[in-house]
Amino acid sequence: MNDIALSLDTVWMLLAAMLVFWMQPGFALCEAGFTRGKNTANILFKNFVDFMFGSLLFWFIGFGFMFGSDGSGFIGMPNWGDLSFYHGDLPVEGFLMFETVFCATSATIVSGAMAERTKFSMYVIYSAVISLFIYPIEGHWTWGGGWLCNETEDGFMMQTFGAVFHDFAGSAIVHSVGGVLALIGAMALGARRGKYAKDGSSRAIPGHSLTLAALGVFILWLGWFGFNPGSQLAASGEVNRKAICHVLLTTNLAAAAGGIATMFVTWLKYGKPSFSLMLNGVLAGLVGITAGCDLVSPVGAVAIGLICGIVLVFSIEFIDHQLHIDDPVGASSVHGVCGILGTLLTGLLSTSGGALYGGGWGFFGAQCFGILVIDLWAAVCGFALFYGIRKLHGLRVDARIEDEGLDVYEHGETCYN
Amino acid sequence: MKRIEAIIRKTKFEDVKEALLSSDIDWFEYHDVHGIGQSRQERIYRGVQYSTDVIERVALTIVCRDQFVQPTVKVIIETAHTGEVGDGRIFVSDMIDTWSIRTGEHGDTVLRDKK
Repeated sequence: MNDIALSLDTVWMLLAAMLVFWMQPGFALCEAGFTRGKNTANILFKNFVDFMFGSLLFWFIGFGFMFGSDGSGFIGMPNWGDLSFYHGDLPVEGFLMFETVFCATSATIVSGAMAERTKFSMYVIYSAVISLFIYPIEGHWTWGGGWLCNETEDGFMMQTFGAVFHDFAGSAIVHSVGGVLALIGAMALGARRGKYAKDGSSRAIPGHSLTLAALGVFILWLGWFGFNPGSQLAASGEVNRKAICHVLLTTNLAAAAGGIATMFVTWLKYGKPSFSLMLNGVLAGLVGITAGCDLVSPVGAVAIGLICGIVLVFSIEFIDHQLHIDDPVGASSVHGVCGILGTLLTGLLSTSGGALYGGGWGFFGAQCFGILVIDLWAAVCGFALFYGIRKLHGLRVDARIEDEGLDVYEHGETCYN
Repeated sequence: MKRIEAIIRKTKFEDVKEALLSSDIDWFEYHDVHGIGQSRQERIYRGVQYSTDVIERVALTIVCRDQFVQPTVKVIIETAHTGEVGDGRIFVSDMIDTWSIRTGEHGDTVLRDKK
């Protein structure tokens, strides 16, 4: 390969990694804004914990679990901080950084759903386990060259569906896993005090700053321009330069369509367009397009955005009003439901192999099977992890700490003084 | 010497402030207040509809000599009036004494309202 071309690819990958890192403050601000001011230091701290633990653990062990060699396709060899096993065109240290920021994105999704009532110590345990184990394992099945993406003719997926699972940048691998864990975490934890009235009706607990939440969502939107186009992992040559432009366009269109869909659905449903839900709608579109941003047309991207933006409103209502699971920021709907939806819609709307483009149902079947396996893995790990910690250590802070704020009691310092 | 407390609409604060400064009052305090009343406002947050009975108003506190009470009250009523329910209230009460911290004088002559 041309040396300059490889350098160009490397620079693009690093730039994208930096943009994906920038999603961390996006999540932090979004979650801080949607929660109350007495818990702001706590929620910001948790976002740092995710990235700090993720960086060390993924470098030391997780990277090997995900990309290490193995025979079965189910789990790689832990690398113990040694990167020499990896042989790719791109420099391994840069590639590790790129994969680290994706791992940290998956980890940080959960903090918002479990906000305002979780023990900090418990969160540190959770954050370590997802970066060390949950994410790298399912990542190995897919991006690590494992069984779900094994393209050899006698591989299980090719034998069964005639197609392999496709998740370009992580609707399923990153977002739905984070979303499923968020839902189970919030369920194991129970609702915030005062969230549900005695008759079971849901009460509003307005976040302390929609300004922060809005800035967070804009930052995430920008970060996604690295998340999706960066996942091409190359910029040189005609194919790659066209691909990253196409992915950038589909990503942006889906985000805009998602926000617009939510705006109109809430306008019709509640009589006024809801700003707080529209912010989630933008993220719903972004999460939805992530799996198929390389395969769908611009029209397909708009369709994915619109569908995710519409479904989001009903999903948030269903989880809140029917399931009575208290997710203060909507992470389980945005990342879980829309991550699954985007993965499935890729099987329908892909211009190469999608069912609606005459590709038959094999690819859609592969998408259904892949998302089922990945989220089942996340769910089993989530149940074991959160219910295990609940039994051994406890998940929740005391009622008094929750009432007066986690900042004072868990950290001894408050954000607003 | 009297204390006048007026609870007015936030939107009328600028008008009332200008009117008071251009009349005989050259110092007053104000603060944002939250009141609970019978009227409720419908709100929606993240798909949950709720109503709030919290009403936001501005409270002014003016201490003046007796002869300025009537004109001051008149100014506030004229400028803070919209005719809709919720324009606010004015309370007048006796003030027993006052001291100037700088000079140590006391009595209503230390008030700096104009003659």
